[in-house]
Amino acid sequence: METLWFMVVAVMVTAYVVLDGFDLGAGVIYLFIARNSSERRMILRAIGPVWDGNEVWLLAAGGTLYFAFPQLYASSFSGFYLPLMMVLWLLMLRGISIEFRAHIEDPVWQTFFDVIFFAASALLAIFLGAALGNVIRGVPLGPDGYFFEPLWTDFRVSAHPGILDWYTVMAGVIALATLTTHGALYVVTKTEAELSLRARKVALIMWPIQAVLTVVSLIATYSIKPQVMDNYRQHPIGALIPLAVLVSLAVLLWATLRHKEKPAFVASSFYIASMLVGAAYALYPVVLPASTDSSYSLTIYNSAAGHHGLVVGITWWSLGFVLALAYFVFIFRMFRGKVRLEGGGY
Amino acid sequence: MDSALLVHRLHFAFTVTFHYLFPQLTMGLAPLIVVLKTLALRRNDERYNQAARFWVRIFGINFVIGVVTGIPMEFQFGTNWSHFSRFAGGVIGQTLAMEGMFAFFLESAFLGLFLYGEKRLSPRAHWWSAVAVCFGSWLSGYFIIATDAWMQNPVGYERAADGSVQLSSFWELVLNPWAWWQYAHNMSGAAITGAFVMASVGAFYLLSGKHKEHGQIFVRTGVLAGCIFSILQLFPTGDGQGRMVAQNQPVTLAAMEALFTSQPGAPLVIIGQPDVPGRKIDNPLLVPKALSFLTYRRWQARVEGLDSFPEKLWPQNIPLLYFSYHIMVGLGTIFIAIMVVSVFLLWRGKLFNARWMLWILLLSLPFPYIANTAGWMTAELGRQPWLVYGLMLTADGYSKTVSAGNGMFTLLGFMGIYTILGILFLFLVHREIEHGPAAEPAPVH
Repeated sequence: METLWFMVVAVMVTAYVVLDGFDLGAGVIYLFIARNSSERRMILRAIGPVWDGNEVWLLAAGGTLYFAFPQLYASSFSGFYLPLMMVLWLLMLRGISIEFRAHIEDPVWQTFFDVIFFAASALLAIFLGAALGNVIRGVPLGPDGYFFEPLWTDFRVSAHPGILDWYTVMAGVIALATLTTHGALYVVTKTEAELSLRARKVALIMWPIQAVLTVVSLIATYSIKPQVMDNYRQHPIGALIPLAVLVSLAVLLWATLRHKEKPAFVASSFYIASMLVGAAYALYPVVLPASTDSSYSLTIYNSAAGHHGLVVGITWWSLGFVLALAYFVFIFRMFRGKVRLEGGGY
Repeated sequence: MDSALLVHRLHFAFTVTFHYLFPQLTMGLAPLIVVLKTLALRRNDERYNQAARFWVRIFGINFVIGVVTGIPMEFQFGTNWSHFSRFAGGVIGQTLAMEGMFAFFLESAFLGLFLYGEKRLSPRAHWWSAVAVCFGSWLSGYFIIATDAWMQNPVGYERAADGSVQLSSFWELVLNPWAWWQYAHNMSGAAITGAFVMASVGAFYLLSGKHKEHGQIFVRTGVLAGCIFSILQLFPTGDGQGRMVAQNQPVTLAAMEALFTSQPGAPLVIIGQPDVPGRKIDNPLLVPKALSFLTYRRWQARVEGLDSFPEKLWPQNIPLLYFSYHIMVGLGTIFIAIMVVSVFLLWRGKLFNARWMLWILLLSLPFPYIANTAGWMTAELGRQPWLVYGLMLTADGYSKTVSAGNGMFTLLGFMGIYTILGILFLFLVHREIEHGPAAEPAPVH
């Protein structure tokens, strides 16, 4: 039962990163590829109808985490207090900049929100990567299952690290590079002509960086935490996951070079999903490793809610998930195709 | 009081109070917009469509602020109240996760269509998107109320070996009788805010001689809805909620009423200032025996006063609780008077020319917000010193690992950001009101 909910939360987090990832990435490249106001509006229109729904995956994943693993929720949210609060501020600023920019046709007003939109998107991408880095590296959990991490200490990976050390900063950079590509490929599929070509160029520039960083991250992870290989050694079937990472990275390049827009975006989605699933596979059954003493680590067993609640949850969660998928298919179909500026509404 | 505890309480109180200024209008306006759109479809009248579009634009601005200030609420259960989350997550995680899965996905999916899809959809399909957004926002309200109701009146749980509580009955949790009354009372309160805001903007247009036809639609819709919900707010919802408190939290009732001594035939205090150390009310204006009657339907019934309970179980801030409650009830009574008179004038065909009444409607705009806020303060201050009534003290629930300094840092951050959000909101809504209902909307993005 705990394992099932572990998979559910992993699926929801993955859905969040793949979905919100493309609109974050679109925000990262926004200032660089969209040169004038109408190009900027094109990008905002491409993400406009879906960004809020994408972000709901974060809330729903958070809610499901709270419900299934309350101890993990309590411990990680209070331990990551400062960076989480900053994530909240960035989410707020980003949300209002997308929605309020169009209310006033004025260069000063619009430039102000353009810059906020870019900065919040880029910082959020980095924060998401750093958060994942923290979870893989481990946090200084005490015997009571709680911890508090300062933003940084000496940037070294030790028993008492900060939120930011060289490893998590690297994870943040990888996330930024990955989501930049991801967002660029989404913009390619949704726009035409100049804008689309510029977005494609970004993806092609980012590809080698992403490929190098992928290899570096695997080596770095193994060097700070050799235990990540344990599950892969015991169940070699897991080797399919890194294989999926490499294949999707290769397909991504091939499809972009061949101007196959949608396959390239799908490959990027698979790349992100397999990176995340690979991390989850390595961690299981631990959900928050302790850097202090491995016996303090939070696992799916010592952090889960009571059995009855987990059983009841299966019913309504499945129903809610099917409904959510139906809405998403409906909305993405409704707004399929390239965006255009003519015509007031969508 | 431990200073970290104080900071965490202020942190939640500030962010939730600010947040709830927006959902109450979202939930209150949504059904009124559905009404306007229904009238537009039925009567095939373009003015109702323009009226609906105008309110959809205000709804959109309001909704954005509601969403972005709502995200921190879910997070704070973990960041600032981690001991509470560890203790109660096995129960209230259910309702909070359901809110995400059922309400948020529904709302976010249809909001885009509702706000911007009118040209792409048929009138009937757009009407359905309005209904879906309305339903999603009201559903979201239920899950949150059910969560709060569990903290007020815990049901459907059992103690686990590690001291936490775990779900034992899903249906008891979801069908908590406290939740039904609280939901009815709260949603009626939100509808009052929506109705007053609509009537107030309409009165503004009529008084300033602009957009007369739309102004009349707004005033008519606003006062009719306002009259219905102001009355429902008192009876049966307010009455039912009050008896829930009397049954399950008698000490809270005594503190709300500042009834220091138990007595048969207890009086109702209309006005007066509680003097807690002196155990009396200064300058009281009393209705004899009314409290006994309202609580137990008998004039001579004995009502337990604060002296029946040990002092450490009293809500800590009795004066603030007392005033919150009395402000809520006082304003609620005035709302009924305003709306009944308005509807009477409307019926006689005199409302649109009765400038004095339009002035009252215009100036009444902030008061439903105050009444709703005071109502929530009554509920949450009344629950003190408990975080989960009878099970966990507030002092035991906050994040012990997050120091007062870190809490203060983020509280100040939220205050700064919310000031900007508040200014942006007022500025953008003011522009929409200035442009008026006949204007062409701004481009989407």
